[in-house]
Amino acid sequence: MTAPTAREKPASFQDLILRLQSYWAAQGCAILQPYDMEVGAGTLHPATVLRALGPKDWRAAYVQPSRRPADARYGENPNRLGHYYQFQVILKPNPANLQDLYLNSLYEIGIDPMVHDIRFVEDDWENPTVGAWGLGWEVWCDGMEVSQYTYFQQVGGLDVFPVSGELTYGLERLAMYVFGVDNVYNLPFNDPASEVPLSYGDVFLQNEREQSAFNFELADVDMLQTWFTGCESQSKALREAGKPLPAYDFALKASHVFNLIDARGAISPTERQAFIGRVRDLARGAAELWAKQEEERAA
Amino acid sequence: MADLLLELFSEEIPARMQAKAEADLKAALEKGLAEAGVEFERAVALSGPRRLAVCVEGLPAKSADVKEEKKGPKVGAPEKAVEGFLRGAGLTSIDEAEVRSDPKKGDFYVAVREVPGRPLQDIVAELVPEIVRGFHWPKSMRWGRGELRWVRPLQRVLCVFDGKVVDFEIDSLKSGNQTEGHRIMGRGPFEITSFEDYKRVLESDGCVVLSREDRRLLIDEQAHVTCLEKGLELVEDKGLLDEVTGLAEWPVVILGEMDPDFLTLPSEVIQLSMRTHQKYFAVRDPKTGDLAPNFVVVANIEAADGGEAIAAGNSRVLSARLDDARFFWDNDRKMPLEEMAKKLSTIDFKKELGTIADKVERVAALARELAPKVGAEPDVAERAARLAKADLVSGMVGEFPELQGVMGGYYAREQGEADAVATAIAEHYKPVGASDDVPSEPVSIAVALADKLDTLVGFWAIDEKPTGSKDPFALRRAALGVVRIILENEVRVGLQTTVIRPFARAGVRIVLQRAVERQDKIQELFDAGVLTENQANRLLLESIEQANQERDLALGDEAWAKTSVVIQDLLAFFADRLKQYLRDAGARHDLIDAVFALGEDDLVLIVKRVEALGAFLESDDGANLLAGYKRAANILKAEEKKDGKAYDGAPDPKLFEQEEERALAEAITESVAAAEAALQAEDFEKAMGALSSLRPPVDAFFDAVTVNAERPELRQNRLLILGSIRDALHRVADFSKVAA
Repeated sequence: MTAPTAREKPASFQDLILRLQSYWAAQGCAILQPYDMEVGAGTLHPATVLRALGPKDWRAAYVQPSRRPADARYGENPNRLGHYYQFQVILKPNPANLQDLYLNSLYEIGIDPMVHDIRFVEDDWENPTVGAWGLGWEVWCDGMEVSQYTYFQQVGGLDVFPVSGELTYGLERLAMYVFGVDNVYNLPFNDPASEVPLSYGDVFLQNEREQSAFNFELADVDMLQTWFTGCESQSKALREAGKPLPAYDFALKASHVFNLIDARGAISPTERQAFIGRVRDLARGAAELWAKQEEERAA
Repeated sequence: MADLLLELFSEEIPARMQAKAEADLKAALEKGLAEAGVEFERAVALSGPRRLAVCVEGLPAKSADVKEEKKGPKVGAPEKAVEGFLRGAGLTSIDEAEVRSDPKKGDFYVAVREVPGRPLQDIVAELVPEIVRGFHWPKSMRWGRGELRWVRPLQRVLCVFDGKVVDFEIDSLKSGNQTEGHRIMGRGPFEITSFEDYKRVLESDGCVVLSREDRRLLIDEQAHVTCLEKGLELVEDKGLLDEVTGLAEWPVVILGEMDPDFLTLPSEVIQLSMRTHQKYFAVRDPKTGDLAPNFVVVANIEAADGGEAIAAGNSRVLSARLDDARFFWDNDRKMPLEEMAKKLSTIDFKKELGTIADKVERVAALARELAPKVGAEPDVAERAARLAKADLVSGMVGEFPELQGVMGGYYAREQGEADAVATAIAEHYKPVGASDDVPSEPVSIAVALADKLDTLVGFWAIDEKPTGSKDPFALRRAALGVVRIILENEVRVGLQTTVIRPFARAGVRIVLQRAVERQDKIQELFDAGVLTENQANRLLLESIEQANQERDLALGDEAWAKTSVVIQDLLAFFADRLKQYLRDAGARHDLIDAVFALGEDDLVLIVKRVEALGAFLESDDGANLLAGYKRAANILKAEEKKDGKAYDGAPDPKLFEQEEERALAEAITESVAAAEAALQAEDFEKAMGALSSLRPPVDAFFDAVTVNAERPELRQNRLLILGSIRDALHRVADFSKVAA
């Protein structure tokens, strides 16, 4: 095996994303577009969480905007955002050389393995909402967590077979590292040499400010509570009707609505547990039904 | 003689699991070989982030030949028996069996089977897959389409015996003679023929330091030297050293720098941020003893640029972490602790026991009450208790739960609380482990005790007690903490009074109201100085008994009975912790039992008694008196059982017939009086000294007097004398529990 080498740095945030996309496309992944719903993590895209279930092989990669209302900081924190991007890769079953494929993806975006310290540090991933867990690592580059690397073991409370390998890149953080930028809003979004150079702040700063105000001050809790109940009953009804995909959509909606209520500080820890339990029932119920139907379709 | 080398090469093994896996693999291989009848000279094991390896040295080419013998029936036994024997032993004719003679049983058949030794290759090829499949990891996983479980995907199995590959397959993974080195610096793969070869190749071209111990020493030394070169000092951290030893195959120590402005943060925050998030060692300025604006990171690569990019990158990450911490530090200090404390009413302590705010109320009241006993101002103790839990809602403790208490202490100082209050807040969770020190300031003692007692009483009240190895709420630790705080500070409290009061106050429904009132009355008298602590304890115990009797009189309330059982159970739990503590300090188990049987609940006095009793029994008089006691107690036990009554009470002097009876009775009266006086003064050595004067008259009594006299009134009187020996000695300890 020859010594690995890195490419030159990407020109911009979007260039970094494009490189990851073409790299994973070359590994046979379907390059999907973001799911058109608010989710808290790229994993929750049905292309990962539902496709990890059932017997069929699957490879996909995509960017997913993630919304975490409680993490919003009015655009004032250089590291924290209420809306940010994750790049998500799922390979089912995981190929035996997935670690190498992953490391090559880092070289592809300009991280030189000869001068940087890349480590796989134990971090077992768990998402109780969808009844999923797996073993893997946080991947560190010079002490910075740049990815989460997981071998799914269970989804929707069911053992998965075959096992999927899942990679999540925190894109802003990774880009800040690659470009040596200390403030996310200073990231070059497009090529700084282009005719209209845009920074990450040009694209998103105002959005962070207004969304933060919504998340923490303006969200109408009573309305959200009603929405939550509505999403819950719709999801249950869809499950009853044997339609796990839209049932899962409404579980996602309920989950996001709950996150908004939570960000408003409107619920006590006890109520919080109850809400989480309700979302979990919806997501798990949909996932279980999907898995069952996939098995039937494959049989 | 030849060597076997086994290497299981996988993706990164969690650092915390490596050392045990290394030992387990070695043990499994040793055991398997031993069971196959293979002897060897020694086994050596190695482990690191991506591999477990064992080399077994001095192995034979095959296992030893074995003769298996199977005993059969007597010569001339019925045909059926012989047939059965032949079938069982796999023989076709009885001529194949040997005939042996036994002087008692006569001649009988023996089937002898020669089992030839097996080639070691075959044994290993069977053994290794079995070990791998049955290996225990704290958490294991499947991958791809396989069914095999390992801690992370297993990539290669290297298995070489005497220079040749031992062929086998584990779930489609074929054994071979190749290994890989450091992923970036010397990947290979390399072909290996022997252990020597393995070590040489991996440690040179492969860039892997194979032995844990070597890596640990290397990191430790490099870290110290690197600091020393800059006039700095490493802050030692053994746990972290062990962890980073499992995170690098080729450790390279790098000294990084951070913005000195961060040093205004509490040092605990900086160190924890470094340690938990980044696995960095902190660095001190040896002149001042304060943290220096540096850190030590252990990288896994000798970087082409000499580590510049790694140092810079890590420094940037640490800055971001500390920025976060500074945000919490600044933000938290904007809110007074009283305000934070209000939010505690939204957090459950434990569903059945109310919110943390409820707990704070209880702890504040109890701390107030304990304060005078430990030399603290009640108002100050209450203030500290009211603020002690406030930091649980602070941003910093949300981020670093380990800093609970510590941050509260800082915030209290910042808002101008008295030193004693701030210290008590910071220390009230202590001791958090066996090696942690115990609070020693009066206010800290009051709050730390109150907090733990409230937790214990509460969990006992709702019947959530530790079982077996399960102790999710760390109640054993809390009780041991109480014991240590009391003993190491010589706090004089009776656990009965201390434990029962919180029961009543917690308003736990199971307390029978009437009994509570009775207790309150007792407590009132005790508070007013009318009752001594011992009297109060006795009355409280009696009130429990009384309540039990009332229940027995069909008042029909089982709740109170339950409470009294719960209280006794909790006291027994404390007793167990105390025993554990004393045993660890080297005290005799039976002596602890002997003192405990007295029902004493002042831990300081219990320890003094145990110490005095130990010294007493070491003496000649003590040992002989114990023998005399045992003799008396044995006779009493037998006779009391026979007569169906206890021989308690004073003997009648008019019935003394022999001088030895009178002498003993008088000696008992005298020494009991002297012992009682000494006990009042809590001078247990003196009390036991007083009793040791009983030895000659006891010995003389047993030499000269027949206890089982023919005249019943004489016999009864003599048994009463024995009873008073027992009674006298039981004043210092229950000698029946003492091993002879």
